[in-house]
Amino acid sequence: MSVDYISNLAMVTSAALYLLALIAYAAKWASGRALLTEGMKPSRAQVDADEKARFGLDLWGRIGIALACLGLATHLVGVIGRGIAANRAPWGNMYEFITSALVAVVALFVYLAIAKGADWLGLPVMLLAALGQGLAVTVFYVAVGPLVPALHSVFFVVHILAAITAAGAFNIGAIAAILYLLKARAEKRGPVKGYLAKLPSAEVLDRFSYRATLFGFPIWTFTIAAGAVWAQYAWGRFWGWDPKETWSFITWVVYAGYLHARLTAGWKGRRAAIVAIIGVATFWFNFVGINLLVSGLHSYGKG
Amino acid sequence: MARENRPSNGPAELAPALGPVATLRWLWTQLTSMKTALWLLFALAVAAMPGSFLPQRPVNPVKVSDYIKANPGVGPWLDRLGFFDVFAAPWFGAIYVLLFVSLVGCIVPRIWVYLRELRNPPPAVPASLAKLTGYRTGVVTQSPAEVLDAAAASLKAKGFRVRREADAVSGDKGFLRELGNLVFHLALVIVLCGLGWNALASFRGTSIIVEGGSFSNTLTQYDEFTSGAAFRPSSLTPFSFRLDSFDVKFTPKGAPSVFDAKVTTDGATKNLEVNSPLTFGNTEVHLLGNGYAPVVKVLDGNGNVAFSGPAVFLPQDGMFTSAGTIKAQDGRPERLAFDGLFLPTVVPGSLAFVSSFPDALNPQLLVGIWHGPPKVETGTPENIYTLDTTGLTKVTDADGKTVRARLNVGDTFAIPGGGSISFTGWQRWAKVQVSTNPGLWIVGIGFVLALAGIACSLLVRPRRAFVRVGAVEGGTSVQLGGIDRVDGRPAVDAELATLASAVGISSETLATTEGDPA
Ligand code: HEM
Repeated sequence: MSVDYISNLAMVTSAALYLLALIAYAAKWASGRALLTEGMKPSRAQVDADEKARFGLDLWGRIGIALACLGLATHLVGVIGRGIAANRAPWGNMYEFITSALVAVVALFVYLAIAKGADWLGLPVMLLAALGQGLAVTVFYVAVGPLVPALHSVFFVVHILAAITAAGAFNIGAIAAILYLLKARAEKRGPVKGYLAKLPSAEVLDRFSYRATLFGFPIWTFTIAAGAVWAQYAWGRFWGWDPKETWSFITWVVYAGYLHARLTAGWKGRRAAIVAIIGVATFWFNFVGINLLVSGLHSYGKG
Repeated sequence: MARENRPSNGPAELAPALGPVATLRWLWTQLTSMKTALWLLFALAVAAMPGSFLPQRPVNPVKVSDYIKANPGVGPWLDRLGFFDVFAAPWFGAIYVLLFVSLVGCIVPRIWVYLRELRNPPPAVPASLAKLTGYRTGVVTQSPAEVLDAAAASLKAKGFRVRREADAVSGDKGFLRELGNLVFHLALVIVLCGLGWNALASFRGTSIIVEGGSFSNTLTQYDEFTSGAAFRPSSLTPFSFRLDSFDVKFTPKGAPSVFDAKVTTDGATKNLEVNSPLTFGNTEVHLLGNGYAPVVKVLDGNGNVAFSGPAVFLPQDGMFTSAGTIKAQDGRPERLAFDGLFLPTVVPGSLAFVSSFPDALNPQLLVGIWHGPPKVETGTPENIYTLDTTGLTKVTDADGKTVRARLNVGDTFAIPGGGSISFTGWQRWAKVQVSTNPGLWIVGIGFVLALAGIACSLLVRPRRAFVRVGAVEGGTSVQLGGIDRVDGRPAVDAELATLASAVGISSETLATTEGDPA
């Protein structure tokens, strides 16, 4: 068995584990339906159902995080194995990018869930991870190959490491923003029932999303700077409005907009959350869409 | 994020009072408002998008003209509106200039506010502390003065500025946050200035050098050359180098894996690779591209050598199917010309007109042959990559069919009507880019300042702490509380707990505050 083979096997396994974790979190979400709501005068049966629901929540939550951890472990084996098989940092093509960026997202989630009690991120993060890994191993897979010469650079490694970290923060931020929108809408309609009630309050979700994005922004700024240094080394021009550079800039500007939106009266909450979601959309478009649609110096995705 | 001291960014949407000065002032207030900054940012993001979907003239002028040809309806309109050079278009410029005017107009007043705040003592203690974060109260046996001394010492030790009142102490800290924010925004202005200066004072040129050939840095040696308005040709750094050899390796699937050019300059041999440019003073030489130059020898009708050497052919696809021309102007009695294809790898027996691999494993040269009467030397430079066929006709055989030659290395083809062409071998050429970036250090400083600024502005939390004492029977009543000026309650809580132990009351918070799991 070659390292290459082990890496591929681990990637596929992690996709499957994320899918199972997703199912566990969905079961958790479903079992939350019978929870009592504050201010309710419960009947005997409702109290029983509530107790069962709490048990289910706890059980499925544990199963979910355990599967997510296992998934992350195999995922790491996949990414590291890929690096060993290729004998370089595993960031040379789209398949390697997507799998590495998803490691950052899941790792950040596992940290937040275990250390900060943010287990409520489980369902959406596992949805993203299962979908992303699934697409990576099916659609985007390419066999191990050497780097095209332009990518042989320390700055490239630093650039991508930063991009992947920012990816983790922006994705978690956007997921919290989506949950915020759901929760805020539910709160407006009256007492919140079911699983949404188990989420933190809209205010806390909003702040959480803000913090994650705030963490990502300087890292993304640094990503762009490191990319410019690398471009200067590789091509003698630090900025050339290549499609990839253009979309990094767009992402940066949208997130600067997000930070300003939070400071602008009338933009707090809902509209700011929408900007955070647009921000992450431009980010993914840059990672995936640009490689597929437009050719430029950066489009090594096609190998 | 509540900040009490923000200069009025509030809604100023009331109808402007009449009068030019008032209108201007109103416009200025609008322009420097946060809402305008927000919309300008979104406008900038949207305006950048077409630049990634439409071909851009500075990157690829050929693609632009192809696009206009393919879209005769919208093409010319898009062209007129600047969509093929978005980042130099007036409307794009207008957005970022407005954004930066807005930025300066917004940030400069904040500098004065900030300086005033630095000079002013910490704020007075509010009348009631009960509503503040981390409110605590208790009774201790020390005298009020002792309590206040202890509080002031504890705050000072934690880096607070302290103000002492008769029965209270207030402290504040965290001024680096606003400083960071100001530095960040001003650094963006520095980056913009650096980019502007760089665009004005830089140049960029490219040149194709065949193995064994040399380059020296004078304007005439460039194939393409662009420079900013403030660039002077006299400022070109003098240097020269020779391209000794150029190695290219490919993976079995045809992706390039190694480009390695050996050059000699001033007697020293150096490597020029993709990620390691040569530098001569402030000038950098980058390896941008490569291709093939078939080496041919052309004899004219009189049997004399009319052309001999490598002819640079330009790659047309990823497999380096390369096209080019060979011009034997000096041929007599007639001049000869060839338009050709160089195929680095041909599958034996195949008659295809494309290469099947980028490396030169089994090269072939295909040429169409032209002849014509000698041309009067006009001295106007000719494009060496395209054939101007005026005054030339295709060479035909006895049956009147046009003649094409397909040559393997070592082959010679006798041209009907006189002369011959021999394909003796091939060489590689390297395309180098020579450029300066005189504004780059300014951009670099701007970026470092911006990162330092935003790190401060995101990590530092401004906060205030207050202690009030009152004499009660048997001792001193103490109240304390704080304000966190960003939503970072845990930080101020920890500091208030320390303060509470310093003055000797319970470090438990009294006021119930909502939990914050994040
Ligand atoms: C190139 C355009 C701009 C970018 C990239 C940008 C970026 C940022 C970022 C990232 C922050 C967040 C820092 C923090 O939260 O402390 C921020 C805050 C801020 N920006 Fe900008 N900005 C730009 C233009 C402007 C303009 C035009 C204005 C004025 C109208 C402005 C005024 C402010 C203010 C007042 C803050 C608030 C700082 C605070 O109170 O926390 N910015 N900006």
